[in-house]
Amino acid sequence: MKKNGAQTFIECLIKEGVDTVFGFPGGAVLPIYDVLYDEPLRHILVRHEQGAVHMADGYARATGRPGVVIVTSGPGATNTVTGIATAYMDSIPMVVFTGQVPTALIGNDAFQEADIVGITRPCTKHNYLVKDIKDLPRIIKEAFYIATTGRPGPVLVDMPKDVLMASAEYKYPEKAHIEGYNPTYKGHPGQIKKAMDFILSCKRPVIYAGGGIVLANAAEELCALAVKLNIPVTTTLMGLGGFPGTHPLFMGMLGMHGTFTANMAVMNTDCLIAVGARFDDRVTGKIDEFAPYAGVVHVDIDPTSISKNIRVDIPIVGDVKAVLKDMLKHLGAAASLREHKKGLDEWHKQVDAWTNAHRLSYKQEAKGKIKPQFVIEKLYEATKGRAVVTTEVGQNQMWAAQFFKYDKPRTFITSGGLGTMGFGFPAAIGAQVALPDATVIGIAGDGSLQMNIQELATAVQYKLPIKIAILNNMVLGMVRQWQEFFYDKRYSHTCVSVAPDFVKLAEAYGAAGLRAKTPDEVVPVIKEAMAIKDRPVIMDFKVDPFEDVYPMVPAGQPLNKMLLV
Amino acid sequence: MRHTISVLVTNEFGVLSRISGLFSGRGFNIESLSVAETLDPAVSRMTIVTRGDDKVIEQINKQLNKLISVIKVHDFTGEEHIERELAMIKVSSNQENRAEILSIVDIFRAKVVDVSPRSYTIEVTGDEEKLRAITELLRPFGIKEYVSTGRIAMARTPKQR
Ligand SMILES: Cc1ncc(C[n+]2csc(CCOP(=O)(O)OP(=O)(O)O)c2C)c(N)n1
Repeated sequence: MKKNGAQTFIECLIKEGVDTVFGFPGGAVLPIYDVLYDEPLRHILVRHEQGAVHMADGYARATGRPGVVIVTSGPGATNTVTGIATAYMDSIPMVVFTGQVPTALIGNDAFQEADIVGITRPCTKHNYLVKDIKDLPRIIKEAFYIATTGRPGPVLVDMPKDVLMASAEYKYPEKAHIEGYNPTYKGHPGQIKKAMDFILSCKRPVIYAGGGIVLANAAEELCALAVKLNIPVTTTLMGLGGFPGTHPLFMGMLGMHGTFTANMAVMNTDCLIAVGARFDDRVTGKIDEFAPYAGVVHVDIDPTSISKNIRVDIPIVGDVKAVLKDMLKHLGAAASLREHKKGLDEWHKQVDAWTNAHRLSYKQEAKGKIKPQFVIEKLYEATKGRAVVTTEVGQNQMWAAQFFKYDKPRTFITSGGLGTMGFGFPAAIGAQVALPDATVIGIAGDGSLQMNIQELATAVQYKLPIKIAILNNMVLGMVRQWQEFFYDKRYSHTCVSVAPDFVKLAEAYGAAGLRAKTPDEVVPVIKEAMAIKDRPVIMDFKVDPFEDVYPMVPAGQPLNKMLLV
Repeated sequence: MRHTISVLVTNEFGVLSRISGLFSGRGFNIESLSVAETLDPAVSRMTIVTRGDDKVIEQINKQLNKLISVIKVHDFTGEEHIERELAMIKVSSNQENRAEILSIVDIFRAKVVDVSPRSYTIEVTGDEEKLRAITELLRPFGIKEYVSTGRIAMARTPKQR
């Protein structure tokens, strides 16, 4: 039977296993919305297309399944760009479907025409313009295949309206075959052996794990390897949750706002084992002084990540889960391992000494202003860590990374690569849509939250009980901190004290609003918020506007030049 | 160092901009680029001449391979290969210098492809050095126009023993 393009499209999504799409209608996608009227799958109606993309992103990060977005042509499509770039930088599987003007009008500056394939070429893993309905099923198959395999990433499919209206018979292909796309999954056995021999010969090893651990679902293998070899572990911001935050081998995050221990360990290690990480500048600090004594083993599925920023001694291209498994297989008899572990005693003593010298800390005065770190710790205690946490960008993000402990992968969701303010709130919505029974906490800055606050209507509409915790410092805190440290306290345009009353705002949208102004109000507010199950709740914590994030490695400095409290 | 890289790509809309976007977006430079269909019309070949240190060239090769539309990347550097470019050179001529120009054309095994009372248009193929040499010899006569293709390259077949 012949189907039109829109029906074909929806049926292909269902065959692909898609259960939820995030979208916003418009002229070019009317044929699709007509099919959606009969509710063949769940459609979450957003209030801004950027919100849709971040929601799909949150959905993907929380589950590992690709997020799916449907938007119209022109402004609908261009509104997705920040979201797509955010997902691209963090390698999140996602497929964005955009409507396009009819093929005959493409290139004519038609109403609501934008060259979205051209615009998103540098921020998608791949993208397509569907020119013929016959190609639609194959392209959808390929789009999901590309988005979810190898190093994952967003794929965009642009569908002209006439293609959506044309009719044809179709068959959804079982498999995608793309000649130029064959990711390497299995690591080279010779390299793996070389790496293991090297690791076992070293006295001061460190594991540096990135978001790849989470993406590859390799947390278990990572933990097994670290424990078997007794190697201390640090993760990047994106890697948090990829190794248990409460594990004795965990040193905390490294980099610009990393712990003293993690940064010192990296600067003194003789063997840096990088897995699923990419040596981002926020991690390495001054690149030519990074890990000066280390032989570097680097495991990554993306060959371009290897030797991009720093020289690597033993590169291993492959899926980190598969490679870690092979590494574990390589471990010899328990007796020789015992020998190896004993050799690391000195190193562990040194690591402990660093930890004892400088722990993450802050001081909460009982009668003073609320400290933002205190709020995070109380959220952790209230949930016993059993929550999915999303963050905005800035100080709130760093405190959420430092003072909440993530024992499980996919429980910490943040925009690491692009650092997109406005990400965390819609991402929390996406995570809650995916995991209706989870406690989802969106840690927010008052600045960032306002960048996608319109999605509060979405959260209310779908009765999503997400908990938004605003660390309300009435400033663009992280930028203010840089102005304090590096611009002589000239606080240029970072005061955002003209802001809505967030409690009233929540109520205006039909959500719950709570406020804490003093330290003793923090726990009761959290408790009250946790009891609300039928709608979103905003907790407005009035925090100390002059609190800074420590430690801090000033940009361009080596990791051991930390500013400490 | 300069590298000549051959890239097989799927012959589809937008592929050229994927490649050029990769170079511009990452700050790699393209000295020359030539593109044409291969014998298989579904596949095109791009020959790219670029420059960079080992690290940059390694990234260029890897980044090209990463593009979904790229089927194969081959760097000719360090390998026996033949390179060719084609140039058309329009040079001023008159009664006195015609013979001299023609002898240069002859020496370089070039061809006169258009003649007017005041000019010769010369077609010449060869590697970069040869093109530079003939251009230098013709320059004194007055070059009115110079058009050349990008470079193309092919590996030499290993000689049998
Ligand atoms: C879209 C966007 N614009 C600008 C920035 C630059 N920026 C980084 S952090 C920050 C301040 C964020 O303020 P707020 O959300 O209140 O969080 P805080 O740092 O106070 O916790 C800004 C403006 C950004 N990351 N994203």
